[in-house]
Amino acid sequence: MGYKAALKVWRGDAGSGSLVDYEVEVNEGEVVLDVLHRLQATQASDLAIRWNCKAGKCGSCSMEINGRPRLGCMTRMSTFGEDEVLTITPMRTFPVIRDLVTDVAFNYAKARQIPSFTPDPSIKPGEFRMQQEDVNRSQEFRKCIECYLCQNTCHAIRDHEENETAFAGPRFLMRVAELEMHPCDEADRREIAQEDFGLGLCNITKCCTEVCPEHIKITDNALIPLKERVVGRRYDPLVWLGSKISRRPSKEDTPAVPGKR
Amino acid sequence: MGMSSSEIERLSYDVVVIGAGGSGLRAAIEARARGKKTAIISKSLFGKAHTVMAEGGAAAAMGNVNPNDNWQVHFRDTIRGGKFLNNPRMAELHAKEAPDRVWETGGIGRTFKITSNSWEYSGDGHALALLAGADLLNMEFVQFHPTGMVWPPSVAGLLVTESVRGDGGVLRNSEGKRFMFDYVPDVFRAQYAETEEEADRWYTDPDHNRRPPELLPRDEVARSINSEIKAGRGSPHGGVFLDVSTRLPAEEILRKLPSMHHQFMELAGVDITKEPMEVGPTCHYVMGGVEVDPDTAATSVPGLFAAGEVSGGMHGSNRLGGNSLSDLLVFGKRAGDGAADYIESLSGARPGVSGADLDAAMAEALAPLSRSEGENPYTVHHELQQTMNDLVGIIRREHEVKQALTELEKFRERASRVSVPGGRAYNPGWHVALDLRNMLLVAECVALAALERQESRGGHTREDYPVMSPEWRKVNLILTMTGDTVSLSRKPLPVMRPDLLGLFDKAELKKYMTEEELAGLGSAAASEEGH
Repeated sequence: MGYKAALKVWRGDAGSGSLVDYEVEVNEGEVVLDVLHRLQATQASDLAIRWNCKAGKCGSCSMEINGRPRLGCMTRMSTFGEDEVLTITPMRTFPVIRDLVTDVAFNYAKARQIPSFTPDPSIKPGEFRMQQEDVNRSQEFRKCIECYLCQNTCHAIRDHEENETAFAGPRFLMRVAELEMHPCDEADRREIAQEDFGLGLCNITKCCTEVCPEHIKITDNALIPLKERVVGRRYDPLVWLGSKISRRPSKEDTPAVPGKR
Repeated sequence: MGMSSSEIERLSYDVVVIGAGGSGLRAAIEARARGKKTAIISKSLFGKAHTVMAEGGAAAAMGNVNPNDNWQVHFRDTIRGGKFLNNPRMAELHAKEAPDRVWETGGIGRTFKITSNSWEYSGDGHALALLAGADLLNMEFVQFHPTGMVWPPSVAGLLVTESVRGDGGVLRNSEGKRFMFDYVPDVFRAQYAETEEEADRWYTDPDHNRRPPELLPRDEVARSINSEIKAGRGSPHGGVFLDVSTRLPAEEILRKLPSMHHQFMELAGVDITKEPMEVGPTCHYVMGGVEVDPDTAATSVPGLFAAGEVSGGMHGSNRLGGNSLSDLLVFGKRAGDGAADYIESLSGARPGVSGADLDAAMAEALAPLSRSEGENPYTVHHELQQTMNDLVGIIRREHEVKQALTELEKFRERASRVSVPGGRAYNPGWHVALDLRNMLLVAECVALAALERQESRGGHTREDYPVMSPEWRKVNLILTMTGDTVSLSRKPLPVMRPDLLGLFDKAELKKYMTEEELAGLGSAAASEEGH
């Protein structure tokens, strides 16, 4: 039942590093993280891996396995042939701390820039009413476990470090979309989506959707609808005319993110 | 390579919260709202603590689903679940404050082999509090969650949420029998259905039917599953069957239990809309913990506060599902408040840490890195888990617990000689070496208390003392650090106020209390009629 797998694991730190060859025992039903743990316990006790729940719920053990961004705990060894060499490397978009552990501070910084949920202050908690359809929409986005695999794979930052200031990445554009679509959120987030979080840099190649371990349709259900809303506001002549002659006050724009414009 | 030991940054804060789980964050919010400069120290990435694993939700009597729900109902359930060994004041505060709040360092599970806990749960908070001079209480009460995954081996222990049973899932043995009907203990008989028909009606009409026995407190369900497996009526991989596939339509399963569907599909290749899951008991939660003042969450050490799983008393001998999240909201806030009050009471004259103590702590921490030859800490850890699982697990026997204490002595000796390669920067082997001290201390506390308590109650089952004893109900077991050794003493359980006692029928109290206690109740305290 068991066999020995050949692994190439990236070892190193911010300064330098290289792939190191290992041979590790594999048992039935195991995932890549199990095999890395066995490697730690028997051959490389200082191999740095970030992990926590081992159930695909905390989003800590993000790594690249044979070049593909994956969660170590949700990638079963049976996905690969017994004679296949597994190359395991840290997420490439973020700076390496050590071995498979990267500094994901970029994501925390972007998260803080998103203006929080802005409900009508006159409505008290418990008085909000939402249609089931609206609940389902944000429910899908709330499945996100913040593993940052979508952030890691998105070429807008993976291959273009210079975009890191302008672009928040799929995870946080999805958060902006979630708030924008929320029926109880009073802020108009279309301007900041485009200007502060770089929605225009996304060219909907769906790479983020492909790597999402929660199977959230990021591109189809968050990014494209958000783009449509931005376009609707900016270029639709009827909307423009309506905003000029309407007696109903339009929703307030969310203030620009400090230091971004 | 990381910083050398000479490069140590010193930071100054009013309140330092250790642990970024729910209670820690709740405490930090409170301390910060009080204007205190607050730091949070976390073993892993911010936002990844075990609180995010909670699927069942937070328990609070909101009265929104069933208008007959109120704090008294929640209080009674909590006390019954804890088998009347709860700190009554904590259970009262919890039941009263949970509805307002529903809008710390965690557990010890990593001491056992089969656990739903992640690597972080090495009992650090328990051990550090003990070393700082605080008392631990009732550490023998360890909750084995009845439903952990049993296959594949790599995920054995991984939690299967209680909601599966709450939403209609049933437990069956290899003969296809819903065996939980055979395991309803006398103390709970009045509250649980006796037939499958009545149990099934409860999901839609809870006011006129009694609960299905699958929803008995976790300790009862875990022991029942254990008995079925031991009797040879288990599933192919050594568990029992938990089935929703024949109970709910597939789309309802996908809507109500998306995460469980995902978990079984991806990790076990099992489609829970089509076939049953295999589940078995897994070490999940420790009811025992740091003894705290219920109102302020203060420990006996000035300036040290504890909330969440690291604190003890609230859940008695067994925690109810959902009560952990509400516990950490209620007592997390109180701990944050308590810490802020404490800082204000000092008015500037703050106690410092002595340089010698700092140096000693640093030397102890760095020792495994500087030893050139020594045992691998992972080996010691794996064997410790196996020992605790085998000898102080779900069913305990005197000679086995004694053997565990002897083994722990040897583990301590081995742990003092472990060595690890590498430096201080993100070195997991070193972390295991550091955690060993805490895990061993906690393991010793669990074993000492498990040996002492000669009865079976909640998360403590003694094969040689199988019944619940009214005399033992009155006893809290206290663990204290005396020099280098842990010592155990007995302390009376705080007495429940008459108005709270009055929430229970006298007939029910008779199942838990001594003759003396019952005689002392008088007629006014406990009502004779039902609730």
